Amino acid sequence: MTAAADREGGAGWPALFILLVLAGLAFAVALAAAIGDYSISLSTVVLAVTNGLGLTGAEILPIEQSIVWDLRLSRALVAALAGAGLAICGAILQALLRNALAEPFVLGVSAGASTGAVCVIVLGIGAGGLSLSVGAFIGAFAAFALVALLSNGATSGPNHTILAGVVASQLFNALTSYIVTTSGNAQQARDVMFWLLGSFGGVRWPDFQLLIVVVLLGLAICLWMAQSLDAFTFGDEDAAALGVPVARIRLILFAVTAMMTATIVSMVGTIGFVGLVVPHAVRHVVGPLHLRLLPACAAVGALFMVLADIASRVLVAQQTIPIGVVTALVGVPFFALILYRSRPQT
Amino acid sequence: MSQDMTVIAENLVWGVRRRVIVDNVSLTVRQGETLGLIGPNGSGKSSLLRLLAGLKRPQSGRVEINGRDIAGIPRRILAQQLAFVQQNAATDTNVSVRDVVRLGRTPHRSALSGWSGADEAAVAKALERVDMADRRGQPWQTLSGGERQRVHIARALAQSPRVMFLDEPTNHLDIHHQIEILRMVRDLDLTSIVALHDMNLAAMFCDRIVVLRAGAIVACGTPREVLTAPLLRDVFRVDAAVAAVAGTDRPHIRFQPG
Repeated sequence: MTAAADREGGAGWPALFILLVLAGLAFAVALAAAIGDYSISLSTVVLAVTNGLGLTGAEILPIEQSIVWDLRLSRALVAALAGAGLAICGAILQALLRNALAEPFVLGVSAGASTGAVCVIVLGIGAGGLSLSVGAFIGAFAAFALVALLSNGATSGPNHTILAGVVASQLFNALTSYIVTTSGNAQQARDVMFWLLGSFGGVRWPDFQLLIVVVLLGLAICLWMAQSLDAFTFGDEDAAALGVPVARIRLILFAVTAMMTATIVSMVGTIGFVGLVVPHAVRHVVGPLHLRLLPACAAVGALFMVLADIASRVLVAQQTIPIGVVTALVGVPFFALILYRSRPQT
Repeated sequence: MSQDMTVIAENLVWGVRRRVIVDNVSLTVRQGETLGLIGPNGSGKSSLLRLLAGLKRPQSGRVEINGRDIAGIPRRILAQQLAFVQQNAATDTNVSVRDVVRLGRTPHRSALSGWSGADEAAVAKALERVDMADRRGQPWQTLSGGERQRVHIARALAQSPRVMFLDEPTNHLDIHHQIEILRMVRDLDLTSIVALHDMNLAAMFCDRIVVLRAGAIVACGTPREVLTAPLLRDVFRVDAAVAAVAGTDRPHIRFQPG
């Protein structure tokens, strides 16, 4: 089936593609629950999951039940949701800012989150009552508020908004470095760096419960506005001429992406590349219309992140590589291939 | 006649900071008419066009379409009646011709409504009208300038508008495509308002012409009434010989090298 034909033929091919990716995702999650220092067979994983859901009462070793259900499954599912959320945010921002380089951290959210995190780790703000996640979340939203303020509520046009994001990133990165160098010790600096590079270690079911609400709600709002997003193809004024309330849509969607990104960053750190690369790759497969692009991005982002998490745990024995390192190392060659294949043919 | 789509502007004023760009403009565009806006660079053509289309809000004055002040009409409802064709609107997105024309249906669809038969019919008819029906699957990026402009017009037509605004639609096109685009616009059964640079094209295709200078209207009427040698010297600072063309109301302008 050619690209032109499937666009004519409606939603058949994108729907099939999403189903295939979701099937792959289910397998990858099972794999993620099986692989580790304590290796567990896939059939045991399936039983442990159905036990956990209360569907079966199969007898398996309690330790295996616990490893699968309490540790690895929640971790894999959080990874999937984080990948889905970051990919959706990337697709939204690339459309709104009409910039192929836009990604979830373009609005300064990650820089703000890191400042919030070091305030908690290094300065001890909140005196133990404030977790690192809460600090990161507050920092992320502070950065978003600054960007919104600098770009007049995101009404000043894409370039202005991107510049505001760059300014906010620089400011918060400087604050982070200042705090770490003046107040932190070596161990704290190392903690901060590890957190910044992203990690799924330590995520549990409560994280999953919060994240699934945020990501599904975000996806629903974005899908609701999918047609308006398409109308931005030829710019803001064109969208306005097509009847889209441009300023309102921009602000709502920026807020939704900031919310999703801040939640993800506060849980697992800043994981780059997924939000940049996945939307580009998926556009090649399902085309640019957002009603198809967004669910496909969510599915592919989830699959990519679960696979990256598996890779981060198995690449080096006895050691977990920061997830942000893996997404970049795995993502760059893949992205290079896309860039190479889509180069202008002249 | 409830089908009348008259556009009436009353005392429109708009500017940036203290600079007045549109200065107390009042005009009436009749149902089915093709009105040309001409004027030197910076005379406020584009700004006036955007005020009339409701894309900018006037600082004072009002625009009425079919007897209603457009300031009180929601964007989406307005876009069901007015279409706007920008000059050289571009995109990096890899969209097909059909994807672009489909965008024209945006104001007629709600968030969850599917793609209806009426939407499909409007898109097919619009593509047919600009003679691009057999190119519907072609990527936008591979189109020539003239083809892109035709697709933009098809997208505007898919909006099923009653009034169409075009901002210098012939910019960067060769003379064949300039004439082709304007003939298409003239023959549409719509009220259309076109900002133009080329005075001979305006003379050939517009029913009436409005001449702007420094944001204010200096002349308004049929091509023959408006395009006179004294006006061209006065407003555009060129010497020109204006010749009547036998059997028409449309003069021909020949510029003198001076």
